[in-house]
Amino acid sequence: MTESTLELRDVNGPSALGGGLRRSLELLYLIASTEFKRTYFGTALGYLWSLCRPLLLFAVLLAVFTHIVRLGSQVAHYPVLLLLNIVLFGFFQEATSTAVGSVVSQEAVVRKTQFPRLVIPLAVVLTSVFNVGLNLIVVFAFILAFGVDPMWTWLLFPLVLMLLFIFTTAVSMIVSSLYPRFRDVGIIWAVFSTALFYATPVLYPLQKVHGTIGQLIAFNPLTPLFELARRWVIDPHAPIEGGALNILVPSAIYVGVCVFAVWIFAREAPRIAEAL
Amino acid sequence: MSFDTETGASTLARARSHLVDGPVVIEATDVAKTFRIPDHRFDSFKERAAHPLTRRTYRELHALRDVSFEVHLGEFFGIVGRNGSGKSTILKIMASIYRADRGRIRMAGRLAPFIELGVGFNPELTSRENVILNGVLMGLSRQEARRRLDAVLDFAGLAEFTDLKLKNYSSGMMVRLAFAVMVEADADIMLIDEVLAVGDAAFAQKCMDVFRARRQAGKTVVLVTHDMATVQSFCDRAMLIHDGEMRYLGDPQEAALRYYRLNFGGEGDGARGGDVPDVNARLIGAWLENGAGDRIENVEQGEPIGFNVMFEARHDLVNPVFGFHFLTADGVQVFGFNRTLELGDGEPDVLRAGQRVRIAGRVENRLLPGHYYVSSIISRNRTMGDLALHVLRLLDFVVYGTKPGPGSVSIEADVQALVEPGP
Repeated sequence: MTESTLELRDVNGPSALGGGLRRSLELLYLIASTEFKRTYFGTALGYLWSLCRPLLLFAVLLAVFTHIVRLGSQVAHYPVLLLLNIVLFGFFQEATSTAVGSVVSQEAVVRKTQFPRLVIPLAVVLTSVFNVGLNLIVVFAFILAFGVDPMWTWLLFPLVLMLLFIFTTAVSMIVSSLYPRFRDVGIIWAVFSTALFYATPVLYPLQKVHGTIGQLIAFNPLTPLFELARRWVIDPHAPIEGGALNILVPSAIYVGVCVFAVWIFAREAPRIAEAL
Repeated sequence: MSFDTETGASTLARARSHLVDGPVVIEATDVAKTFRIPDHRFDSFKERAAHPLTRRTYRELHALRDVSFEVHLGEFFGIVGRNGSGKSTILKIMASIYRADRGRIRMAGRLAPFIELGVGFNPELTSRENVILNGVLMGLSRQEARRRLDAVLDFAGLAEFTDLKLKNYSSGMMVRLAFAVMVEADADIMLIDEVLAVGDAAFAQKCMDVFRARRQAGKTVVLVTHDMATVQSFCDRAMLIHDGEMRYLGDPQEAALRYYRLNFGGEGDGARGGDVPDVNARLIGAWLENGAGDRIENVEQGEPIGFNVMFEARHDLVNPVFGFHFLTADGVQVFGFNRTLELGDGEPDVLRAGQRVRIAGRVENRLLPGHYYVSSIISRNRTMGDLALHVLRLLDFVVYGTKPGPGSVSIEADVQALVEPGP
């Protein structure tokens, strides 16, 4: 050890990114990628199996909503829109519901090492990002197969993804930091995210819903993301519902959730080991 | 507190004290930590909502009260104390697992942010993946961790099991791997909580050997333990923590002695009350003899040991028991015996103040060549807990001979290998 490394530095205790940013990023990547590989290379049909779930859900919902409820009859390219929406919402739901218990399930690491706390929920989200990346390849194959022509606006789609990833991360940070102290966050989130599935234009486009409920759905911060994805990827002529309020309110909620996530996580991170 | 004995160990401790002059690598100043234990824990929102007006009341547990100390470069620093004394809390604060409420800790150099072996191992991953993940957790870059992979697997002796999932490893293999990762991560400061609780004695021994080697390389080790033998044989300095307060900092022999006194001295056991007076008995002398009755420093393998110890009681010792333990240089107990006073008819079992007792005789010698020492415990009232004097290292000797073997003792085994007659 050289003299220069002998400089005393303050030990500040655990934090969201304790132990340095580089180490946190390396850990984040390693944990997410090994987890991803584990799901896909652990079994012979690993990837196929995890693709099966959204495809099966898609098949069932497609049958229900085109033959029984006929929700999608006047919507252009309804089947692929449904598939895209299911994959996107599936990402949000998978990441956040895994994130809820993530800090607690990593108890050993949290209580016995200096582990950057933020890496735990982020790794969960990143693993889901890898998943959704693979699934989107299949989705785009379907989109082309169903006769949607490639558009320049496809280039804007990553922006929607990025906004969705950020929001998912924020929600994951909130639920994972609250769960060690309030265990019923797990149940609450399971119910809430199911409700959110119906309160987001996944099965239907926003234009189909009217009245107070329609207004509430329009304020859902996920709604503009799904509406943008629809316009940019599948149907450029899809109508835009409502006025400036339908952009301002969801945006404000979006930003509020992100700010709250950073605040609550920074507050809880130093004491998480003690709450376990 | 002073002893009339000059043992090899304390000389050694003095020889190591030059380390204290080295640069400081860990500096703790008035570190305090209080845990708030809720009288009623609200584990759910419902409970919280059902009692909105109930003030949350806490019991405060002062895990650490203004602890200050310094650790120097290349030191093997022990933190001792009994369960709940706060010794693990200070380690966790150093490792950035807990945050101190008050005070300041500063450190120099790269810290292995682990306090236990094998933390972060994922049984579903192969050893290769686990080693890299753990290396990164130790603060290496991914490339660096990958580069050291072979060295780690070699050290652990697991090179041929690289792609085996960890869940298929035996617990012994797992511990070896964990330890290899820790060693190869090459951190400047290692914090270890009860490493000896993991693995068997032989493994613990290997760990300690490695830590000793690390120390030579200028690495600093902080070990939290309640195994006094380890503290005595490995630590350069030790800190005794009791009820969150630092009670002693310095010579490991003294720290161990005070630890024993705290534990056996009746504190927390009101029935016996009070502390044991400083010295109830004094060591007059301890020596070894050969068959001819000459005093010897070292013992030949196989030759019986002439054992002689003399104590003088400073206070009346009622029902005294004199216990002796033979230990290897690294603190592993080999054997031991207890003696009580030989009494005539009707004589009271008391050693009066000023009286001397000589414990002497021949001890069968099955020890293999190596370095051994004898420690003693004198207790009163026939209960081992009531300590009168604990002379940590009574004697220090080497058994020499030409027939080494595994372990510490040779035991006759009347066993033959015979070829079975054919079927």
